[in-house]
Amino acid sequence: MQINEELVKQITNAVLSQMSHTDSSSVSGTPAAASSTVPSMAGRDRINEEKSDYSGYPRAQRGTDPKEVVIGVGAAFQREITRTICNIPLDEVLKNVKAGIEEEGMIPRVVKILDTSDVCFMALEAAKLSGSGIGVGIQSKGTTVIHQRDLYPLSNLELFPQAPLMTLETYRQIGQNAAKYVKGEQVVPIPCTNDPMCRPKYQVKAAIMHIAETEQLDPEVGAVEWEEK
Amino acid sequence: MKRSKRIETLDARPVNLDGYINEWPEMGFAAMNSPYDPKPSVRVEDGKIVELDGKYREDFDFIDQFIADYAINIERTESSMAVSSLDIARMIVDIHVSRKEILELISGITPAKMAEVMNHLNVVELMMGMQKIRARRTPGNQAHITNLKDDPVQIAADAAEGALRGFAEEETTMGVARYAPLSAMALLIGSQVGRPGVLTQCSAEEATELELGIRGLTTYAETLSVYGTEKVFIDGDDTPYSKAFLNSAYASRGLKVRFTSGSGSEVLMGSSEKKSMLYLECRCLFVTKGAGSQGIQNGSVSCIGVTGSVPAGIREVIAENLVAALLGLECASSNDQSFSNSDMRRTARTMLEFLPGTDFIFSGYAAEPNYDNMFAGSNFDAEDFDDYNVLQRDMQVDGGLKPVTEEQVIHVRNKAARAVQAVFRNLGLSPVSDEQVEAVTYAHGSKDTLPRDVTADLAAAEDVLKRGITGIDVVRALAESGFEDVAESVLNMLKQRVAGDYMQTAAILDEEFHVLSGINTPNDYMGPGTGYRVDGERWEEIKNIPHIINPKDI
Repeated sequence: MQINEELVKQITNAVLSQMSHTDSSSVSGTPAAASSTVPSMAGRDRINEEKSDYSGYPRAQRGTDPKEVVIGVGAAFQREITRTICNIPLDEVLKNVKAGIEEEGMIPRVVKILDTSDVCFMALEAAKLSGSGIGVGIQSKGTTVIHQRDLYPLSNLELFPQAPLMTLETYRQIGQNAAKYVKGEQVVPIPCTNDPMCRPKYQVKAAIMHIAETEQLDPEVGAVEWEEK
Repeated sequence: MKRSKRIETLDARPVNLDGYINEWPEMGFAAMNSPYDPKPSVRVEDGKIVELDGKYREDFDFIDQFIADYAINIERTESSMAVSSLDIARMIVDIHVSRKEILELISGITPAKMAEVMNHLNVVELMMGMQKIRARRTPGNQAHITNLKDDPVQIAADAAEGALRGFAEEETTMGVARYAPLSAMALLIGSQVGRPGVLTQCSAEEATELELGIRGLTTYAETLSVYGTEKVFIDGDDTPYSKAFLNSAYASRGLKVRFTSGSGSEVLMGSSEKKSMLYLECRCLFVTKGAGSQGIQNGSVSCIGVTGSVPAGIREVIAENLVAALLGLECASSNDQSFSNSDMRRTARTMLEFLPGTDFIFSGYAAEPNYDNMFAGSNFDAEDFDDYNVLQRDMQVDGGLKPVTEEQVIHVRNKAARAVQAVFRNLGLSPVSDEQVEAVTYAHGSKDTLPRDVTADLAAAEDVLKRGITGIDVVRALAESGFEDVAESVLNMLKQRVAGDYMQTAAILDEEFHVLSGINTPNDYMGPGTGYRVDGERWEEIKNIPHIINPKDI
């Protein structure tokens, strides 16, 4: 099949708009019965043709302020992806995590992690860049980890694996808890939430979003200071 | 458009809440085969494999190299590869060709050849293959034992009930990772209350999991993950060699271990290298074999939402289970992750392993309500126990479980909760109140239990690690608190580590702590009249479900 430029653009837009506008309502809005009309993506190697260039951005430095909490966001964050898997605007996510940190008297700094899209490694990298040694990693689909620089990568302080269940309130609490770890307080972890039906509903979408994030990685650049909003 | 009421009704069915996607091989969304999968090939020079599936040795990535060096029988590879894939596929379903002959032949083939063989088999043939090739004569089952509060008292009670119901292995994990030492301890105690000889594990970060095992707070390990592409391995800070090393670390302390893999993970991590899910999973399984593991947990596992979304995805799942068995590995065949909103679809998916029987049909079955399942939900949960028992009875199939009475359930739950209360008190850990014991005894899930003091629990968990508490301390605490029988069982579990027999392929323990494995009780199925049949005492047990009509009452 010949794929022309216009069709490619249409598919890209279709995929992206599906990513950023989750049908939070009922199934009646989904293209359930229309799968035969979904165009095939076979033959395409990327989700987004364009790759963002961060080479001109200031490289993230290791902080010295012991009150600092570094938030490491994903490569596609606020660019190719603007909403989490459950449709929360990433601007709001970031605003709430930062506000949570500030409410506890600590200082947030945001970096964009370009050498990994694995949330545990993102969070650990943020922790290592952080003056306090505490970091938060947030993937563009919304999955979040609170990490500490001297822990094993796949260990962590708190992990929020089910992105579809996240709310702005949770993101604010994550900021607060991250700041409390800095202060050395006895921290009560944010209670876990669990919806066993997340996987059937969201895993394919998670895969697509993760691919969209991963294809924006630029390990040569590593991590850059990020203040989009 | 004016909407059809018929289509509206269908659109609203649970099955349409599931995610589906068209095949997209470039991104790895292809189940059984991809146009980019390599063609099978092998070439041996000076006793070394110098070409594997179309790649020369100098172009091998570390997975190819590991497979070429450790996972393929070099002496017979050229003769095995000379047999056509179709012929091998036919032998797999031919009742006149024994398991032993097939395993010998298979030991010389490559991952691409294995994938090609599987592509000749439809789902019924794949099930026939599994019935014959499974390692252990009797099928088994494994439970997940977790809860939303990470409440160790509930873990113990659910473990006891699960063991009573027939699970041969029980696995826990945590919402808050730091709870691990308490979770492992509670699971160990509870399991032995329910049925002596049940194996337990605590899925945690690898170093923690190893430490818990070395200390005797767990009796097997499962979460050694391997992947089908180099990139995903590296992202996890791992190589096949590091996994083999970790495997040896467990073996050195006499602990049973199996690896974990499963299709879809490479897709989910965005590094499928355009290969099919089945081919990548074949690579995982060859790595597992090469690393010397006795077994694997596979069948897409936590990525079932990806594999299940593409055409022939569920056929691929039973195919990868069969590949594991063909490599002589114990297969804990997944079914352990919520997979569909549709009860029909999730049941149908499980039948592919339930009907032929696998070493562990589930790896695990949620022995708590799914809202408490901290593996993000299993395909079957505690609310499906009776359905499952009826399915066993309907089809005269051994799914590893049995019906139980309410009195038994209450008894073992209460005893397990009290045992944990006593051990925590004896060891000076966080307190467990009588009210908590009472609530957990009669609970269905954590919605019915009392809150724990999380800060005190986490401090206690840290304390367990700091003070170097081991399985022997648990034995002593049980014995000193009047739970001599449970102490005896836990001690017997620790003795297994010294004997080491339960490290053999597909080993489980009966209630006398005798090993039943693929070595001393091998699968001997060769068609009608042979192999394991559900009869005698076991059949009576399966028949005896609750809610049977008594003709005298009518």
